[in-house]
Amino acid sequence: MAAHYLEFERPIAELEAKIEELSRLSESSPGSLDEEIEALRGRAHAMRREAYANLDAWQKTQVARHPDRPHFVDYAATLIDDFEELRGDRKFADDQAIMGGIGRFRGQPVVVMGHEKGRDTVTRVKHNFGYARPEGYRKAVRLFEMAERFKLPVISFVDTPAAYPGMASEERGVAEAIARSTEKALMLEVPMVAVVTGEGGSGGALGIACGSRVLILEHAIYSVIPPEGANSILWRGARTPAEAAKAMKITAQDLLKLKIVDRIIPEPAGGAHSDPEAAMTAVGDAVEQELKGLEGLSADELKARRAERFYAIGRSGLQ
Amino acid sequence: MAMAEHRNDKPGRPTAERRRGWLSRIAPGVRGLTKKDTPENLWVKCPDTGEMLYRPDLEAAMWVTPSGNHMRIGAKLRLDYTFDDAKYERIATPIVADDPLNFPDDKPYPERLKAARKATGEQDSMAVGYGHIQGQPAVVIVQDFAFMGGSLGMAAGETFVIAAKEAVKREVPLVIFTASGGARMQEGTLSLMQMARTTLALNEVKAAGLPYIVVLTDPTTGGVTASYAMLGDIHLAEPNATIGFSGRRVIEQTIRETLPPGFQRSEFLVEHGMVDQVVKRADIPAKLASIMKTLTMGRARSRAA
Repeated sequence: MAAHYLEFERPIAELEAKIEELSRLSESSPGSLDEEIEALRGRAHAMRREAYANLDAWQKTQVARHPDRPHFVDYAATLIDDFEELRGDRKFADDQAIMGGIGRFRGQPVVVMGHEKGRDTVTRVKHNFGYARPEGYRKAVRLFEMAERFKLPVISFVDTPAAYPGMASEERGVAEAIARSTEKALMLEVPMVAVVTGEGGSGGALGIACGSRVLILEHAIYSVIPPEGANSILWRGARTPAEAAKAMKITAQDLLKLKIVDRIIPEPAGGAHSDPEAAMTAVGDAVEQELKGLEGLSADELKARRAERFYAIGRSGLQ
Repeated sequence: MAMAEHRNDKPGRPTAERRRGWLSRIAPGVRGLTKKDTPENLWVKCPDTGEMLYRPDLEAAMWVTPSGNHMRIGAKLRLDYTFDDAKYERIATPIVADDPLNFPDDKPYPERLKAARKATGEQDSMAVGYGHIQGQPAVVIVQDFAFMGGSLGMAAGETFVIAAKEAVKREVPLVIFTASGGARMQEGTLSLMQMARTTLALNEVKAAGLPYIVVLTDPTTGGVTASYAMLGDIHLAEPNATIGFSGRRVIEQTIRETLPPGFQRSEFLVEHGMVDQVVKRADIPAKLASIMKTLTMGRARSRAA
């Protein structure tokens, strides 16, 4: 079993440790403990299912940030055939916090892009923990343009804490880069499906999240500021990130009610990280359906529908 | 202590004179000022030098101090300064749900809104006017930093959309004076969505072949900078305005270094290619008129042809 347990998973972790211990014991006297082990496994599974069915906003934030959740590199490797990574913004550099390229998704040629956080020390540094710099958004614009030129739909995977708050980032105009990328996505003449797979962090997420359709995984979040930041700015740290997470209504379920997202993709019983293959298949199925629904629409229709979709947010369906 | 002793030296001084005290000594002609006509803020401290400035002088200088500090001003004043003879038509700002998330806070969000409305006289952080700037017609949006830090929520987003549509309908340029700390957190992800909604709206102006001009004023940060503030055909900025995405403190924490002076200021943005010109407050109407005149002339000519 994976070593990374979240705070609320501790009872499950303890039980699973016990199961492992029993399995080791049973190796010396085969068969004697099988029944008990099986029963405990069932209980652990039930506990996990129970916990994940009732996650609060802060627990979901932790799940959304879980290092073992499928990341862009996993989605690209699993869902995209002949994925060719395309690097660089042709202006200054290549930013590995936003990756992208071309390939075929279930037979259909596509442009794909997404944030990548990395998983271990080496890859986290390489991908800057998913904090994109201006070059990431400028690469996204380049990929959007390519999609239009070759009439390819775009699939984006959104998973970032925020855009990188660094000095060089500001010097090279990260705000302008995000604004341009958002603008290009909104004006895109080909279909685009955006999937919030983990942490949809503020403007850094929005830059590649303005799809014709916006999907979100069951335990993913999408927020204007991380709960920690809201707690410190709004309440000067007097409350907790958990309270801020709840207050800001950042869960997939809240966002569907607010019509900020169009569809929730269910995760395996213990979260996407408990069964990445199943989670990625579910994402693939949902994206395939959504792309089908956008097939055959003209550039003008696509733009009009996208505008209608975003203009409608907040005009109805509140409270 | 010294002051008390000094007073004790002059026991016979009449009360009225004592009340006027220093004022009668330095300005013997000024008499009969009651508390009613002497607002406490008759004197304003210059944010740069700390110098005390006489309010009427400051007003005459459009709230620009002698040292050149362009002080923050409200929406009404900005519209007055921008349009010819301070004459313009107000475009009504839409009413939206006040507290869409029912946001829990020590001071409830609706109360914060109420207080901000009372303090500024505006419905929310954006006000819109239509009129002429040195003869050139335009729709002008002004963001008021005094209204909850100029934060961008549903009301402001919707106001921007309406202003953009108004510009398209009237076939005139859209001008915005930005001033904002960023998104309105009390509206959660709905506030983030305003970045997308305003971007769509300004593209309606662009699609109509009309100029969209941004005047960046102090401060313009966060999601506002990362959307409509950086998407103008032309970017002007008032001198020394703070313009950036991430807050100074956040960056300093990230890089563990103190940022150099002038970082994220107007002049810095010109150097880094994000702003076309830094323009003094008094020169802004003429500058806008000149730009609008040239940019709209091509459109008018091609129509006439």
